[in-house]
Amino acid sequence: MIMIEAVDKWYGQLQVLSECSASIDQGEVVVVCGPSGSGKSTLIKCINGLEEFQKGQITVDREPIKSASTNIYKLRSKVGMVFQNFELYPHLTSIENITLAPMKVLKRSREECVQRARKLLQQVGLSAHGEKYPSQLSGGQQQRVAIARSLAMDPIVMLFDEPTSALDPEMINEVLDVMVDLAKSGMTMVVVTHEMGFAQRVGSRVIFMDAGKIVEDRKCPDFFSNPNSDRAKAFLSKIVKH
Amino acid sequence: MSSFDWTVITRNVPWLWAGMQLTLLLTALAVVGGITVGVLVAICRLSSWKPLSLLAKIYVDLFRSIPLVLAVFWFYFMVPIITGQPVGPFYSIVIAFTFFEGAYFSEIVRAGIQGVRRGQLSAALATGLTHFQAILHVVLPQAVRSMYPLLVTRSIIIFQDTSLAFVVGLTDFLTSANIIANREGRPIEIYCFVALVYFVVCYAAELGLDRTTKRVTR
Amino acid sequence: MNYHWHWSILVEQPYLSWLAHGLAVTLTLSGLAWLIALPLGTLIAVLRTGPWKIGRVIGACYVRVFRNVPLIVQMFLWFFVFPEVVPKTFGFFLKRQLPFPEFTMGLLCLSFYSASRLAETIRSGLETAGSGPKNAALASGLSYVKTYRFVLLPMAFRLVIPPLTSEFLAIFKNSSVALAIGVLEITAESHQIESFTFQGFEAFTAATVLYALISLMCLILAGLFKRYLSNAGGLGAEVAIK
Repeated sequence: MIMIEAVDKWYGQLQVLSECSASIDQGEVVVVCGPSGSGKSTLIKCINGLEEFQKGQITVDREPIKSASTNIYKLRSKVGMVFQNFELYPHLTSIENITLAPMKVLKRSREECVQRARKLLQQVGLSAHGEKYPSQLSGGQQQRVAIARSLAMDPIVMLFDEPTSALDPEMINEVLDVMVDLAKSGMTMVVVTHEMGFAQRVGSRVIFMDAGKIVEDRKCPDFFSNPNSDRAKAFLSKIVKH
Repeated sequence: MSSFDWTVITRNVPWLWAGMQLTLLLTALAVVGGITVGVLVAICRLSSWKPLSLLAKIYVDLFRSIPLVLAVFWFYFMVPIITGQPVGPFYSIVIAFTFFEGAYFSEIVRAGIQGVRRGQLSAALATGLTHFQAILHVVLPQAVRSMYPLLVTRSIIIFQDTSLAFVVGLTDFLTSANIIANREGRPIEIYCFVALVYFVVCYAAELGLDRTTKRVTR
Repeated sequence: MNYHWHWSILVEQPYLSWLAHGLAVTLTLSGLAWLIALPLGTLIAVLRTGPWKIGRVIGACYVRVFRNVPLIVQMFLWFFVFPEVVPKTFGFFLKRQLPFPEFTMGLLCLSFYSASRLAETIRSGLETAGSGPKNAALASGLSYVKTYRFVLLPMAFRLVIPPLTSEFLAIFKNSSVALAIGVLEITAESHQIESFTFQGFEAFTAATVLYALISLMCLILAGLFKRYLSNAGGLGAEVAIK
């Protein structure tokens, strides 16, 4: 479904990604982890073209990102993305947040979109909050609306960029539960997170990054029971407390 | 001129009101035209294509370095030459204000757009919206909310600045009043009244702005 | 477009000396207005933020009145109305004996108007400086006057150098409004050249270039002044970080 081939990226002189390669199959839940500044967020933002890269290629659903013939907007509409800071549009209600892209990009009718939005809100457990503005919702609720917003485009893959790291501890689980349900329903997911509990429950693989390189790419249980690199060991010992 | 005769105002209400109507029309056209030009120039200014943003910057800097009176003279002189026919002071003034205020509005709009968090644009793009749609539906509506106080303040300034139409003899509120003052020989009463009217309108608008800002910028 | 270019008109007499005269008038008018408006504006800003309620009311009213009446109307009030409403002998002096009555009245008008704008700028600087230094200075036993003189105003001025520069430029531009009461500054002179010769393009270009040069010079001077301030005493740099 997604092929990442030898991707290099620089900010000016600073190399932030080097020789990154990985492939993600349909239905897989891939957890990307690593210390901060290791290039995890940058890598997944390359997958939907929000960040440019100088070398290599990324292919999504057999379409190369870096190609003049690819319509990047069409490609993005098939790839859902959830952000660390939710990025709900503050001037729109939950329903309006969810229906904006389906109406403008997929040209669906308002009634159809609103109906679908209500279903999605129900799915993330927020049926009663459709008419509220983001500022009236808690962080956990906002992030669940953001997930519903991405799902409204019927994406073939969902990208999560540290979806719980801006949340208060008591709200993390309500978001993770939604993500676990989504994983169990068969959604292809790429998740940048430090929540190793999530990885252990539903993750199929773990990609461990450090200093812009993919250091390990392992089946989930293997990574936790027997990490190869010293860096991954050090990282795990810091992050898994129990 | 030993005593005041305030009936000079009541006697000339129709003239003054006609002048005020022209002032209000001029203000409305200048605000609408200025904001339209301002949004376009701001988008050019923020364009990643260097020549376009440089051109927009030169436009803004040029208009902001000259006084409005000079801009009014420029357009009053240039518009008939460019269009090849006399257009009268009204259209010249409207065009002058549109381009002049466009430069000031563009700076307000630019700051407003830059004030919207970068992540909002990313989020909109990530759902498949085009750049234009993302700006139109996500960035601009938020920018407008934060710009609201500045836009209104600028509109109040424009209301005051339309009085400079005096220099080309367009019969706005001030010019009408001036004609009456000369005809009746009562400059004191007339000019005091003019100042009072401007003050009341602008101050009321200022109070209105204070009361609505919280609601709009929520 | 049918226009006969005649650029050399700008160096022919009497037009060259008209422009020179206009430039001299604009420079003296705005320079003197600045010298009057800066202390007056500072005084009003201090009154507005100071401890005396009456002072705050006076300051607020001053700003409100002068900012909500168009400058050209204020010009008319100073020139046509003011001499009539003051005591007779003084009014007679203003009308008959005052040298350069247009220039003098235009100067007073521009100064009082600009003071109201400067007051707002300086007040925002005083408010940004914050109550911390104010309380610290008062706690160390300084009087209110000394607190403003030695602590708050020096801080505020360093903070508002950029907006003060644009206010300085605004005075130059606003000085053109004095043409409404017959002051022959740059804009009026260029308009006069246009009326006499119909060479408006050349005349207004000359005026535009002169204004642009004045703006450029002011920006350079402000840059030098800012560097001088941040060298002298170091406070400039420290406060600027805020």
